[in-house]
Amino acid sequence: MSAELLARWQFAVTIGYHFIFAPLTIGLSWLIFGLMTRYWRTGDAGTRNLARFWVNLFAVSFAVGVATGMVMEFQFGTNWARYARYVGDIFGPPLAAEVIFTFFLESTFLAVLLLGWNRVSPKAQWFASLMVATGATLSAFWILVANSWMQTPAGYAMAGGHPVLTDFAAAVFNHSTLERFLHTMVAALQVGSFFMLGISAWFLLKNRHLAASRRTLRLALIVALGASLMSLLSGHIHAVQVANTQPAKLAAFEGLFVTQRHAPLVLFGILENNEQEVHAIISLPGGLSFLKSFRTDALVTGLDSFPRDEWPPLALTFYPFHLMVLIGLYLIAFALLGAGLAIWRPQLLTNRWYLLGALFTIPLPFLATELGWITAEVGRQPWIVYGVMRTSDATSLSVAPGHVLFSLIVFGLLYAAFTVVWALVVRRELRKGPEEIEAETATAPESAS
Amino acid sequence: MTALQITWFWLIGFFVIGYTVLAGFDLGLSMLALTARDGRERKATLAGLGPFWDGNEVWLIGAGALLFAVFPPVYAALFSGFYVLFMLALLGLIVRAVSIEFARTASPAGLTAWMVMAGLGAVLSTFLFGVVVGNVLRGIPLDARGVFIGTQWELLNPFALLVGVLNLAMIATHGALYLAWKGEGRLAAKARATAQGVWSLYLALAAVVMVMAAVFYPHLTRNYRMAPALWLVPLFTLGVIFAIGAFNLHRRGAAAFFSSVLAIAALLGTLALTLFPTLVPALNPALTLTVRNSSSSHLSLLAMLIITLIGMPIVIGYTAWVYRAFGGKISEESGY
Repeated sequence: MSAELLARWQFAVTIGYHFIFAPLTIGLSWLIFGLMTRYWRTGDAGTRNLARFWVNLFAVSFAVGVATGMVMEFQFGTNWARYARYVGDIFGPPLAAEVIFTFFLESTFLAVLLLGWNRVSPKAQWFASLMVATGATLSAFWILVANSWMQTPAGYAMAGGHPVLTDFAAAVFNHSTLERFLHTMVAALQVGSFFMLGISAWFLLKNRHLAASRRTLRLALIVALGASLMSLLSGHIHAVQVANTQPAKLAAFEGLFVTQRHAPLVLFGILENNEQEVHAIISLPGGLSFLKSFRTDALVTGLDSFPRDEWPPLALTFYPFHLMVLIGLYLIAFALLGAGLAIWRPQLLTNRWYLLGALFTIPLPFLATELGWITAEVGRQPWIVYGVMRTSDATSLSVAPGHVLFSLIVFGLLYAAFTVVWALVVRRELRKGPEEIEAETATAPESAS
Repeated sequence: MTALQITWFWLIGFFVIGYTVLAGFDLGLSMLALTARDGRERKATLAGLGPFWDGNEVWLIGAGALLFAVFPPVYAALFSGFYVLFMLALLGLIVRAVSIEFARTASPAGLTAWMVMAGLGAVLSTFLFGVVVGNVLRGIPLDARGVFIGTQWELLNPFALLVGVLNLAMIATHGALYLAWKGEGRLAAKARATAQGVWSLYLALAAVVMVMAAVFYPHLTRNYRMAPALWLVPLFTLGVIFAIGAFNLHRRGAAAFFSSVLAIAALLGTLALTLFPTLVPALNPALTLTVRNSSSSHLSLLAMLIITLIGMPIVIGYTAWVYRAFGGKISEESGY
């Protein structure tokens, strides 16, 4: 195995794992802010315990997110040194901004949120929860600035043989930043809210913490519904942006081989003939053209407009995209069902079937998010910076394949261990549940103020 | 070499000093927990670092991100060249990070296990970062593209290993002094004794490393030969390190700890002064990475300066507030 292939795999594994915990914590941070707002306004002990319970779940997920995030920062240098050297002038500043404006904020205030219950006022706790959520959201913004620049580079010029920043605002707000930030935030809210929905459902199924769980079920459902409906819109906006600025990627994930007007929208299809064509099982004539420009005769660029060596891997773009959309539609349906039940048949909302459904829905937003990222990053291949640098020209020259294999195996084992421990901690927190925390703090000594 | 480039050299130094001073004490505390006699001692140590360690670690991420953004060739050369060192250091960092969080809600037996993991992680990353610095000082084989062309094994040379141990001693002393200052009773007394022990190693190694650097690596004394007054800086550093031991012996906890803070700044300042304006000396001097040949564009540096000047005062502001809000003594009854 070449060092390049191993480096790609290592990046895929480490970022994929990181992006299990990142959207979870971003989404949960806002839900917790909601709970904390209610606690601050009412001063109610039950809400306090509920918020505290969710902060504990948040904290352990955040820790794994931070640890796996550190790996990413190091990896740009360790395994992608040529990339770092080539585009560091433009790619580096958003990362620095991410640290200065957001990492300090969320890490510092999480300590307050986690440990300040008996030390600072409810208002300060509430403010801390707002800072954590703000920090998490802004960190998503800045990292997406960086990644979006890789997708739709702007605000630069070639100088001294490599891209150099010429317009900071243009580089930051390039042609895809806002669309991708919106869509990612919406996805994060889905991950967080369906997680809260499923956990609330689990408590209700176990007939525990009924009042608290009904509250979080309702909160989660509202956010899940809003975010899921929003994801349809944000996904569409994002896809239109891809159609206009990354046509090869769109052609790959829509399976459009031939540039044409009245381009069909393939709803279900299979790639055939050694990935030279798509066999559409269900497709809407003119659908793709319409989605791109609201006209069925709009021209959509197909893969035939690009040299063969600039095609992204097709199966790994086409299928993940379609699966992601399918899951997205399911999430909308499930949330709509819940909302409908809540309005017209409230007793059915806490019916065993819906609750079981909510429990089994937990992993789906995570899966959809990963599939979306696979579409985005694989769909950008063979480019690491679209049209500017190829991924195969970006790896580190001084790293031997054996070394990459070593680190890949170490991370693999470590992350597996993290998963097990994270799950055990979550399970223990769930066993304790919200109300019991009050009894625990009444007897255990706290740090003196 | 522009004023902006020079400013950034020192600003990155500021972040490295910030990391070492702040995260240094919680890393030191984690190491100290390895010598804890019982669960209560461990728990108290955990309580001591609990509210602060996460924010402290961000200074390292900041230093790394800024190195990437300001001097991309240096970031690329070091991180990829010293691949195994950086991967193992990273391993230490992330194992420590999750171990502290897992320790927070663990059973007594679990607490011990996680604190040991955290301590070992701290030892690994601290030692290896020292080895990295030692190698940078010593000079490394780089080719014309700025790519490291040596082996991983040659990075484990005696000088670099000594710098690694020096870093360990410095951090362990710093952590012990923090506990000696903030701790109470038996906890503080033990910390004082530990501090005095590691401090003597710290002082000795600092002197040895400085002498070795001056004697064996002529390129490191270039600045001092040009401006002999600069010798005062390493001498001052040794003086401050000596003062640490004196204050600690006389149970002046705050003075000892803040001397340690000053010593770290002075030692890292000496390092910066020694290297400036180079960043990574190469065995072939023509291929050395310098501030001039490794800087990002003027606009990039300017953008980041503005980001830093806006962002960091705010960071320091709320960090100080948290330190005040969670201040107070650490006793054996402290919980996390």
